[in-house]
Amino acid sequence: MTWNYVDIALMLVKILLVFFIILTLAAYLVLAERRILAWIQDRIGPNRVGPFGLLQPLADVIKMLTKEDLIPASSDRLLFSLAPAMAAIPAILTFSVVPMGAPLHIMGHEVSLQVTDLDVAVLFFLALSSIAVYGVALGGWASNSKYALLGSIRGLSQLISYELSMGLSLVPVVMLAKSLRMTDIVNAQASMPFIVYQPLAFLIFLVSIFAECKRIPFDLPEAEGELVAGFHTEYSGMRFGLFFVGEYINIIALGALASVFFLGGWRGPLLPPIVWFFIKVAVFSFLFIWVRGTLPRLRYDQLMHLGWKFLTPLALINILATGWWLALR
Amino acid sequence: MSVLRDIKEIITGLAITFGHIFRKPVTVQYPEEQRPMPARFRGSIVLTRDPDGQERCVACYLCSGACPVDCISMAAAEGENGRRYAAWFRINFSRCILCGLCAEACPTLAIQMSPEMFHCKREIMDMVWEKEDLLIDGTGKDPNYNFYRHAGIGVVNPRGENPGEDPPVDVRTLLP
Repeated sequence: MTWNYVDIALMLVKILLVFFIILTLAAYLVLAERRILAWIQDRIGPNRVGPFGLLQPLADVIKMLTKEDLIPASSDRLLFSLAPAMAAIPAILTFSVVPMGAPLHIMGHEVSLQVTDLDVAVLFFLALSSIAVYGVALGGWASNSKYALLGSIRGLSQLISYELSMGLSLVPVVMLAKSLRMTDIVNAQASMPFIVYQPLAFLIFLVSIFAECKRIPFDLPEAEGELVAGFHTEYSGMRFGLFFVGEYINIIALGALASVFFLGGWRGPLLPPIVWFFIKVAVFSFLFIWVRGTLPRLRYDQLMHLGWKFLTPLALINILATGWWLALR
Repeated sequence: MSVLRDIKEIITGLAITFGHIFRKPVTVQYPEEQRPMPARFRGSIVLTRDPDGQERCVACYLCSGACPVDCISMAAAEGENGRRYAAWFRINFSRCILCGLCAEACPTLAIQMSPEMFHCKREIMDMVWEKEDLLIDGTGKDPNYNFYRHAGIGVVNPRGENPGEDPPVDVRTLLP
């Protein structure tokens, strides 16, 4: 494959565009969450800054940036300042393998709406979601605070347990698509999205990404009722903001991947592909917010019970059943 | 199957919360929207006028005596027709506790509690209200009451011409 300047320029444009889009989306997801949660609770939500509160994310960023940047005296300074980035960067990196739409043709070049089409994109995603745990674990440990440490320990064990069922629920998808490449997975769903063949795997993946995002009902690492704020108790200002925005980027990324793996990615009738992609991501983001407004937090043993004794065996059985079906077909 | 039951419960909960999204919010957006206060709410203090439009206050100092926080002050004066009034009347609302004792003490129904809510001020001196700020045009809670029509001192009418009043008697004619 030969590279010329146009390709490099296109790549750079794509990277910057993806960066811009997901950071904006994450900021507005925070606003959407606050508004929708408020509606669920018969409130109005933030509606003061700009029309319908649309400038609220901007106000939040200004507030975060102008806050005092506090580093606890007994903390490990290097890891303390590194941890928020380690939580946010993998979430952003996940987007590099997500196909956002059908390939376009610009100036005789075929431009896929995907930063890079890795051969092992599924593995890349699983690896990144494991790396994201380091941000939580090191952030809590470096804070040198009991609450933060307890939160990070919880986060660590929770994410390890749910990574397993998440990985296992993706195996049937890979078996059906016969590839780890995202484009192949999307193309394999041209006639029928995988959710029709794999409703069980979809449900397991859905529950696992809830745990992976540390969202209610699996928000034990930051359970504010028990652990103050969990692993980011000691964080303030933009460092906290990075953890926060990382969580929301994670929601968008995992929603995008769920739609790629099970709902056929950008495929859909009538509307242009990229619109379908963002509709599906929006549906998943809304689901995250909706569930947050509905369910209470699980107890720690219930969480472990659900992960190890229920989801993981179920995912294994699902793999066996899928293999059996594929072999007999 | 407890799992199926749990899933059913979760879906029920999700349906309920989804329904709430479309309900009207209960929020009152305070500075723009204000709930009407109950009629007998003890809000800010007003000085009312009698049905003829004159000031009811006779500057008797009973309100300022009843006030537990000493926030009312005034100076009495007397008009040419013998009508007493307050030369100045001042309520320091930064002290006032809205207890309503002044309104209870008032013999002429001049000082009354209104359901009007106070607003915050940035300057503490803006919380000190003078007589011009306190006086309202209406009669407040008892629209027909006029103190001088019952008091028997000839301010509104000559003596003895008010309702329920006998004309004054020349005591010398009673002498033996």
